[in-house]
Amino acid sequence: MSGESATRISAGEAFTAEDIAAAVEAGTRASDDVAKYAMRLGDDSLILAQRLGWWISRAPELEEDVALGNIALDLIGHARSFLTYAAGAWDKTEDDLAYFRAEAEFRSAHIVEQPNGDFARTIARQLVVSYFQYELYSRLVDSTDETLAAVAAKAIKEVAYHRDHSAQWVLRLALGTEESRRRMVDGLTLVWPYVEELFVDDELIDQLEGVAVRPSALREPFDALIGEVLAEAELEVPDVPGSIGGGRQGRHSEHLGYVLAEMQVLAREHPGASW
Amino acid sequence: MRCPPPAGARGYEPCCERLHFGSPAYILNERSVNIRGAEGCGLNIIEVIMMATPQTGLSAVKEDPGTTAAADDAAEAGQARFDQILADDSRIEPRDWMPEKYRKSLVRQIGQHAHSEIIGMQPEANWITRAPSLKRKSILMAKVQDEAGHGLYLYSAAESLGTTRDAMTDQLIEGKARYSSIFNYPAVTWADMGAIGWLVDGAAIVNQVPLCRASYGPYGRAMVRICKEESFHQRQGFEILMELANGTQAQKQMAQEAVDRWYAPSLMMFGPPDGDSPNSQQSMQWNIKRFTNDELRQRFVDMLAEQVKTLGLTLPDEDLKWNEERGHYDFGELDWNEFKEVLAGRGPCNSQRMERRREAHEEGAWVREAAAAYARKMAARNAEQTVGAAS
Repeated sequence: MSGESATRISAGEAFTAEDIAAAVEAGTRASDDVAKYAMRLGDDSLILAQRLGWWISRAPELEEDVALGNIALDLIGHARSFLTYAAGAWDKTEDDLAYFRAEAEFRSAHIVEQPNGDFARTIARQLVVSYFQYELYSRLVDSTDETLAAVAAKAIKEVAYHRDHSAQWVLRLALGTEESRRRMVDGLTLVWPYVEELFVDDELIDQLEGVAVRPSALREPFDALIGEVLAEAELEVPDVPGSIGGGRQGRHSEHLGYVLAEMQVLAREHPGASW
Repeated sequence: MRCPPPAGARGYEPCCERLHFGSPAYILNERSVNIRGAEGCGLNIIEVIMMATPQTGLSAVKEDPGTTAAADDAAEAGQARFDQILADDSRIEPRDWMPEKYRKSLVRQIGQHAHSEIIGMQPEANWITRAPSLKRKSILMAKVQDEAGHGLYLYSAAESLGTTRDAMTDQLIEGKARYSSIFNYPAVTWADMGAIGWLVDGAAIVNQVPLCRASYGPYGRAMVRICKEESFHQRQGFEILMELANGTQAQKQMAQEAVDRWYAPSLMMFGPPDGDSPNSQQSMQWNIKRFTNDELRQRFVDMLAEQVKTLGLTLPDEDLKWNEERGHYDFGELDWNEFKEVLAGRGPCNSQRMERRREAHEEGAWVREAAAAYARKMAARNAEQTVGAAS
C-alpha cells in the first residue's frame, strides 16, 4: 500500500510526474511490491514510446508524424509518472530507472520491444497495446493505491485515442489496397505471438490484490473488442503459437538491448550530470 | 469522420501553448475527401488560415478564350484594387485578384518555409531516441512534432494559392525546391539541441515576426501561430544550453562547441547581404517582407550578444563589439562562399536529408494509397446506401 495519497489533485486532472515527485518528496512512498508493479507499467510505456519516437520525421504522411508523435508523448508521460512513483520507493528518480538499469532489470513485455517494421506492423503493435492498456487502466482507476488510480485516470483518456487511432488504421490498411491488406495481415501475424504474455498473472499480482489489475481478467474483454475491430476489417485473429515471454521477470528478446543501448548512451556517458 | 482532440496535448508543460487546437493529429489520410476537403479534422488547419478557393480571379477568366477583352478589364481593375490594398497596408485574401508574379513569389517563399520545417525535423529527430532524460525526451518530441504541424499550416497556406501539397512535396524530393540550408549541418551532440533552439529557432523568430504582417492573409495568420510556438522552442533551446553551461566541464565544453558550430550558419539564415539579394526588393514592395536581410541579421546579433552573457558562453566572433555610435553590435564578415557551397548541395548533410525525406515519402506511398482507396470504398458504399434508402 502506498500510505498517504499522492493525489490531493483529484484523479484525471493535471497530474504529472512532477506532482508525483513532489508527493514522494513529501513522504508518499510506494511499498516495494507496488513499486515493482508500477515499474512494469512504466517500462511498457517507456519502451513503446522509444520505439514510436523513431517514426517522427519518417511517417507515411505529415499527419502521422504528428499523430505517432502525440501517442509517443502520451506514453512517455505515463512512463514518467509510473517510474517516478516506483523510483520513490528506492530513493531513486525516473531517470535512474530509465537510464541506469540493465536489460535484465527491465520489466516490460516482449511486445513493446518488437521492431517497428513497416507502418502496418507498427499499427498492429499499437492495436494490441492500446486495447490492452485501455482495459488495464479502466480497472486500475479503482485501485486502492490512489497514485496508481490517479495516473490511470489521466492515462485512460489518452489511451482511448490511441485505441481509436490504431483501429481506424487497421480498417484502412485491411480494406484499402491488396498490398496494404497483405501488409496488415503480415503485421498482425508478426505481433500476435507476443499477445499472450500480456495476460499472464504471477506472484507479484497475487500479492497486490486490490492494488494491481489481474492481467488474466483482461483477456476476455480484450478478445471481444479486438474481435470486433478485426471483424469489421474482415481479418482473422492470427493463428500462431504464443511466445513464452518472460519480460516481467527480466528475460527479454534480443531487441531490448539495442533499444536501451541507444536510449541510455548519452546519459551513461555523463553519470551524475543533470540535463 | 470523427475528429478526436489530440492525445498528449494536456500533459506537456514546457510548450503548453502548443497549437493543438486544430492540431492535425489523428487525421487519417483520406486526402481526397478529408484533409483538404470541406469537412473533418483537416478543416481546423484550414480555418486557422482562412483558406478559400484559389484561382477565382483573373486566371479563371483567362481560361475562356472568348473573353480576352473582359479579362483585360478584370486585370486592370484587379491590379488597381491590389495596389490599393498594398497602399492601405491591408491583406490580400485568396479570392482576391493578384499578379501572377506575386502568387508565384509567395508560393516559392511559403514552399521553402514549409520544406524547411519538414527537413528541419531531421537533425532534432536524430536525438529523440538518445535524449539524456525523460523530460528532455518529451520536450524534444513535442518540438519536432510542432515542426510537422508548422509544415502543415504552411502547405495549407500555399494551397490557398493553388499549389497542392503533393506538388510541393514532389518538388522537394526531386530536388527542385529549396529549404533552409542550415539543416544541412549535422547535429552531432546533445548540445546541438540547445544551439538549434537558441540560434536557429531564434533566427527564425526574428525573421518570422515581421512576416505576421505579410500582405498575404493566410501566410501572415499562419505565421502568428508558428511564431508563438517558435518562441517556446527558442526558450527550451536556451534552457538546454543553460543547464549544460552550468553543468560538468564536459557539458560546458559541449555547449560552447555547439554554439561555435551553429552561430555563423544561423546568421546566414537571414539570406545574403542586401546588395546580393535579388528577391528582397520586390518582396518589400509587395509588403511580404518588411525589413532587409541585413537589418534582421543586425537585430539578431544584438539579441545574441546580450543573451550569451547570461549563458556564460561566448560567440565565435573576434570582431563582435558594441558600437556606441551605431547603437548596435559590430560583427565580423561571414563566409558567404560556404553558404553558397551548402546551398549548391555540398553541405555535410544535403544528400542525407534528401534521402531520408525521399525514403519516408516513397515508403509511405502504399499507406497513402490504402487510405485513399478505403475512402473511395466508403464513399461508394455510402452512396449505395443513400440510393437504397431513397428507392
